[in-house]
Amino acid sequence: MADLHLSEDLASEAEVSAIDSAIAELGLDPAVVQETPRLVRGGNRRRASRRHGLLPALHALQRESGWISPGGLNHISKVLQVPPAEAYGVASFYELFRVDSPPDHDGNVVHVCVDAACQIAGSAKTIASLEAQGVAVHRSPCLGQCERPVAQFIQGRQRPDSVEADGVENGSIDGVLWDLPQKHDPSLKLLARVGRIDPTSLEAYVGSGGYRALARAFTLGASKVVEEVLSSGLAGRGGAAFPTGIKWQAVAAESGQKYVVANADESEPGTFKDRTLMENDPFALVEALTIAGFATGATKGWIYVRGEYPLAVQRLQNAIDAARDAGFVGQGIARSSIEFDIEIRRGAGAYICGEETALFNSLEGFRGEPRQKPPFPTTHGLFARPTAINNPETLLNVLSIVLDGGEAYAASGTEGSSGTKLFCLSGNVVRPGIYEVEFGPTLGEVLELAGGVVGNLRAILLGGAAGSFVGPDMLDLPLTMEATRDAGLSLGSGVIMAFNDEVDLGAVVTRIAEFFRNESCGQCVPCRVGSLRQHELLESSLSSSRGEEPLGIVSGSAPALLLEEMDRVMKDASICGLGHTASTAVRSAIELGLMRSSR
Amino acid sequence: MSKESIVTVSIDGKMVSVAAGATLLDACRQAGVDTPTLCYADNLTAANACRVCVVEVEGSRTLVPSCSRSAEDAMVVQTDSERVRHSRKMVLEFLGSGVDLSQADDLAGWIDYYGSEPDRYGPDRAMIKEEVRIQDSLYIRDYDKCVLCYKCVSACGEDAQHSFAIAVAGRGFDARIRTEFDVRLPDSACVYCGNCVAVCPTNALQFKTEFDLRKMGEWKPTEQAVTRTVCSYCGVGCNLEVHVQDDTIVKVTSPDDHDVTSGHLCIKGRFGWSYVQPGQSAAEEGD
Repeated sequence: MADLHLSEDLASEAEVSAIDSAIAELGLDPAVVQETPRLVRGGNRRRASRRHGLLPALHALQRESGWISPGGLNHISKVLQVPPAEAYGVASFYELFRVDSPPDHDGNVVHVCVDAACQIAGSAKTIASLEAQGVAVHRSPCLGQCERPVAQFIQGRQRPDSVEADGVENGSIDGVLWDLPQKHDPSLKLLARVGRIDPTSLEAYVGSGGYRALARAFTLGASKVVEEVLSSGLAGRGGAAFPTGIKWQAVAAESGQKYVVANADESEPGTFKDRTLMENDPFALVEALTIAGFATGATKGWIYVRGEYPLAVQRLQNAIDAARDAGFVGQGIARSSIEFDIEIRRGAGAYICGEETALFNSLEGFRGEPRQKPPFPTTHGLFARPTAINNPETLLNVLSIVLDGGEAYAASGTEGSSGTKLFCLSGNVVRPGIYEVEFGPTLGEVLELAGGVVGNLRAILLGGAAGSFVGPDMLDLPLTMEATRDAGLSLGSGVIMAFNDEVDLGAVVTRIAEFFRNESCGQCVPCRVGSLRQHELLESSLSSSRGEEPLGIVSGSAPALLLEEMDRVMKDASICGLGHTASTAVRSAIELGLMRSSR
Repeated sequence: MSKESIVTVSIDGKMVSVAAGATLLDACRQAGVDTPTLCYADNLTAANACRVCVVEVEGSRTLVPSCSRSAEDAMVVQTDSERVRHSRKMVLEFLGSGVDLSQADDLAGWIDYYGSEPDRYGPDRAMIKEEVRIQDSLYIRDYDKCVLCYKCVSACGEDAQHSFAIAVAGRGFDARIRTEFDVRLPDSACVYCGNCVAVCPTNALQFKTEFDLRKMGEWKPTEQAVTRTVCSYCGVGCNLEVHVQDDTIVKVTSPDDHDVTSGHLCIKGRFGWSYVQPGQSAAEEGD
């Protein structure tokens, strides 16, 4: 064997078998150890052939042993030819892998969400009661179940992972159809099938209009599909609102191996729309990604799903398999000469991997650290190849664009924001859930869709933890990209989280700061240290010392000015959007006077 | 050189021409503008992590790292604007607030220049507190001084040695340079080339000889003579810089711009000097 230096720790037979079968599932032969010493070069970053098996292999080991054991890591390193120090660096990056021996080797780990929606619904109580029962609890960032707090993600030891949330049994694929607040609304587009058809049945999908868009795309031809997406004015729904057509056009113009990626690492606190789509209409994502591949000339698609969405992974895999059996995925799809295949990758607990270049690194088997841009993914994306990356909501819009034409799509919504948008309503609203609206209604009107606010509205978190708090005076704000931009705000991922005047908002904002501190990858100094100092400053300003009333932070005070200084360097000099937005919610809360004291 | 392979940029109002593919840092140097760097080194791939070299490029929403941003024709760059000064001040301040920069000689002047105040985050702030790792007689690792610039990782990995004995592990402020499971260096893939020591900008990695002398208050860089010579072990011809204090070799480096080494050596050139001074070298003292 080549010159890998491994310790003497050996994997157990069970570990070897778990790791080997996970690697074999990827189509890699676990027994093959390439002879060339060059393959050992972990720094051979662009080597796609084996290293991308690292995340699946680590998942298999974690599930088998409850941790990343030294023997197990050795086996992974040997089979994938990854230096053990690098494999350890990758494993230790993720929330769902533990690299120290757990005290209780037999148990599952229960991840309890402590972010805003669950925080105000009483996650602290849930944790206390679980711990009293002797359950191993891990305080988790947002689990994307905000409409049904308090959410728990149960990471299985030698059994599948599952999610427990308020009143929902969704651990198995036989789970009930999701109950959508708007389910009887005939105007729904993205949510048209959600809760209405069996998400595990290709027949049901085709019966409800599925795969008509792909057929239409083949009739139009690849370049015409790109034109339709361009003329539709479709903009990315993840927060940056980049025109999807321009992205696709750039990738289509490149030659050689290309990729399309569905960024389903939905981790923005307060966001659960992509989960709802993937769990309840998985074939739609498979079809939309296939169209993206056809339009851009990519023969391979990847869906990177956050690790805490086991049901979405299960249903997507079922959908891909069924579509492959029916000839919609694979060689010669839908009786054409087109080749397109899809592979799913599970994340392992890292908000930063929703940043597109961090996602590429993670998928390739490296630490999920963002890359410097330029170069952009359209020329240097996954495995350094041209890549079109979009989130599921964005991709699903393509189905109606292809079917009805870009012009028709552009006619819906407003001048600057075409189409419909999914909003994630949670917090103190009467009916939390996903709502689809054609761009145009105001914040207040969308809140009314959810039955309005429970209690007296104090503030709304708009756009997620990376977004801003706004006050009740902003209820007339039209929820369009142009109107929010003009107001210095962002729709972000469509989060609308309402808080009434009984909520301890100081605690909510402090938790948001802690979220960024925990989720910063640590690569660049402004974000690594800035997010830490910001959280420390909030904690010290809002905690009472010697029984005195806490000071709080008011606009213009010394701590507020220091936070502003920190915010400026994070916005100006951080590598990626995490650092750029780590202070946005905090500063907006101070300006709204939400941080006067912790009540 | 053809006309297309030259780009012209404005650095603080001064027009400079550089070869296509050159970075803004190259352009700054050509314009005679001194730029602080930490994670950048001429003999390593730019890590682009510390962000202390940021500059303001007209039309760019954020500042850009000069070390890894290619110069493009007609770029207008400011290196001393209020935004640039603020970011550099804060980056240095953030670093100083979390780690010990007392031996980061190149940074002291910049911290002063930009007016960074690391202590304003209070005495209760989180700082990196770790035991000095002394696991052999060749070099020590003092991670209280580590700024996570990735240089040692690059030098251990694909930029020089291809040992891959260390990597960044953990996340955020808890990220550290580690061997797998933090095993001792002698148990890791480390081959003791010392290239990590050579590139460390803050002295988090030091020759054991230097560490011992510092502990005794006897480290006197100004009194050291540096002699350039050729390594006597094999026929490659690596140039060595032998640092001598009080007639004793205290460390060995190689010039970054040397054709053969680019500053990198092997264990023999870096640490194998004991035959020159029998009975004196740290390497013989044992652990």
